[in-house]
Amino acid sequence: MNNVPLSGYLLLALVLFCIGLFGALTKRNAVIVLISIELMLNAVNINLVAFAKYGENPGLTGQIFALFTMTVAAAEAAVGLAILMALYRKRKSVHVDEMNHLKQ
Amino acid sequence: MVHYAFMIPLFPLLSFLLHLLFRKRVRSIAPILGCICTLVPLVLSVGVLIARFQGTTYTKEIEWLSLGKTAITMGVVITPLNAMMLVIVSLVSFLVHVYSKEYMKDSERLGTYYSYLGLFTFAMLGLVMSVNVVQLYIFWELVGVGSFLLIGFHYTSLAARAAAKKAFIMTRIGDVGLLIGIILLYWKTGSFSFAAIFQSVASGGISQEMITVTALLIFVGAIGKSGQLPLHTWLPDAMEGPTPVSALIHAATMVAAGVYLVAIMYPLFLASSVAMTTVAVIGGITAIFAASIGLVQDDLKRVLAYSTVSQLGYMMLALGSGGYDAGVFHLMTHAFFKALLFLAAGSVIHAVHTQNIREMGGLWNKLKFTGPLFVVGALSLSGFPLFAGFFSKDAIFAAVYHDGRYVLFFIALLTAFLTSLYMFRLVFLVFFGPAAEKIYRENSIILLAPMVVLGILAVVAGYIGSSWFGAPLQRFLHDGTTSLPLEAHGPVWLPYVAILISLAGIGVAYVRYGRRKDFHHENTSSSPVTMLLKNKYYVDEVYGVIFVKGAAFIGTIFVFVERYIIEGMVGTLASTVQWLAKCGSAFQNGQVQRYGAVAITGLALMLLLFIVLTGGYLQ
Repeated sequence: MNNVPLSGYLLLALVLFCIGLFGALTKRNAVIVLISIELMLNAVNINLVAFAKYGENPGLTGQIFALFTMTVAAAEAAVGLAILMALYRKRKSVHVDEMNHLKQ
Repeated sequence: MVHYAFMIPLFPLLSFLLHLLFRKRVRSIAPILGCICTLVPLVLSVGVLIARFQGTTYTKEIEWLSLGKTAITMGVVITPLNAMMLVIVSLVSFLVHVYSKEYMKDSERLGTYYSYLGLFTFAMLGLVMSVNVVQLYIFWELVGVGSFLLIGFHYTSLAARAAAKKAFIMTRIGDVGLLIGIILLYWKTGSFSFAAIFQSVASGGISQEMITVTALLIFVGAIGKSGQLPLHTWLPDAMEGPTPVSALIHAATMVAAGVYLVAIMYPLFLASSVAMTTVAVIGGITAIFAASIGLVQDDLKRVLAYSTVSQLGYMMLALGSGGYDAGVFHLMTHAFFKALLFLAAGSVIHAVHTQNIREMGGLWNKLKFTGPLFVVGALSLSGFPLFAGFFSKDAIFAAVYHDGRYVLFFIALLTAFLTSLYMFRLVFLVFFGPAAEKIYRENSIILLAPMVVLGILAVVAGYIGSSWFGAPLQRFLHDGTTSLPLEAHGPVWLPYVAILISLAGIGVAYVRYGRRKDFHHENTSSSPVTMLLKNKYYVDEVYGVIFVKGAAFIGTIFVFVERYIIEGMVGTLASTVQWLAKCGSAFQNGQVQRYGAVAITGLALMLLLFIVLTGGYLQ
């Protein structure tokens, strides 16, 4: 298990982040966009944990940060979904390209 | 008296301003005001002439502009030539003002008419008193403006507008030559004043070539103003103006300004034989050229116009042949008899209401005063013995003969024959032969009185230049100067030949036109020569093709350059910018996802750039 190098984790995190970015930028459904954002957060978490274990100064800081991130992400997902619900009730739509009120 | 000379042009200027300001209100007194404002200059001019006769040349100038070391002055100079011109101009102007009172009485714009006349008279009087070439040039252009306004007086008529523009443009072409000549003279002599320029010419301060060039350029100005070949075509068209205007401007005064210009710059011309030859040749060719066209024209005023061109050619021929006295003498007599002819023609037109001589005939018994007066003018112009034209033409023949250019001498004689032929063609067609079945009334005394004055002058004016009485005019012109050539005396037989030629012309005219029976007359010959003459040698057509079409062609080329090359370049530039702006604005669609994509793409590009340029962190 220990023979996986640091770059392996980083590449995984990169691929995950790119998938998340792609989804966040291209999907019309706001739910998918939220999920994609979670993907990107998790890619960041992988980075934090990987550096905590194999970085220049190994320690627990990175792992604790990852726990904090998850907590904040959970709260964020709750708020985001709540906003989404409210919007859906008002507009009967979850398509992000129709959500351009602020422009007007 | 001579100290009041500066006031002479001011009265017509006053007339111009008053008529212009109050043209709506003073309509009823406009003619009276105009006549008074020209009568005073006439009296003053005669006084000045007498004073000059007894005294010497009077000069009065004030500084007008100061440019560095050069001071440009404005002022008055009374030489014998100037004094004579002053009297001619103010006299003809006064008579025309009187004549116009009756002739123009139905015009809506009487006040405007009189104001234009005042402007012209002011400019012409200022021109002949000019103290230096700058002042001369200013008034030279002002008379052009007056002429333009008066030709186009009936501005509702298309022909009048076109004629006014044509006159202005064609004389402008000449004026450019004059202006360049003046500038060159200033460059070479450092002065604008006549005396200083002639001084420099006499003392060799200016090279021979430069004298020739400047003299020719100044002559170009004279060609334009005096309707000489090849800039003559505006003068016949100028007959679209009212007839009194034709008498004043396009017969007696303004067109003679070109001759006056050559006369006043005479020392310059004398210094260059090339310039003298050019003047003589252009004058001679113009004389016979215009006279031949005058033979076949059907418009009464146009015949007189071509006659004017021809006579001005005579004057140039005389000046170019060294006949200074003869040229100036003919200028004076021509002013009288040609103004008389125009006023008489105006009287005929006023009675008959047409200008076409084919529709006239037998008017001798109906216009009992106009007829004889017209004949007096015609006899004088034809050089009939004892009339004014006889003496001045004789002087010209003598000068040309003396000069030794026999071809030009022959042309002058031939032109004299043509002159009496076309004049008496007019006389026989208009006044004799069968009459129309209409009743014409002789015009009122106001029209006739000016003609009577001119008629008397057209007879007696010749005697002041005749050697029978010791040639007082010539002695007067030479007073106070030694640079002018003395009058030439021709051979003894010359006057007899001249008389013979004049009578021959009248005789041929009688045979050809004096014996017709029916009213609708005249051969409508269409031989090539007649057609050539009727169409005025196609000069207008040739100019139309070369200059008008040529200019239009160049214009078309530039339109294409403008439209497709310059506008194309500008258009490409503008549409490129527009396209870029469209691309830019496509990013700003209000969608967060698009913004995010742009931001990420930008970041990726920047990172890529960083890696490519620096190789990144890893090495």
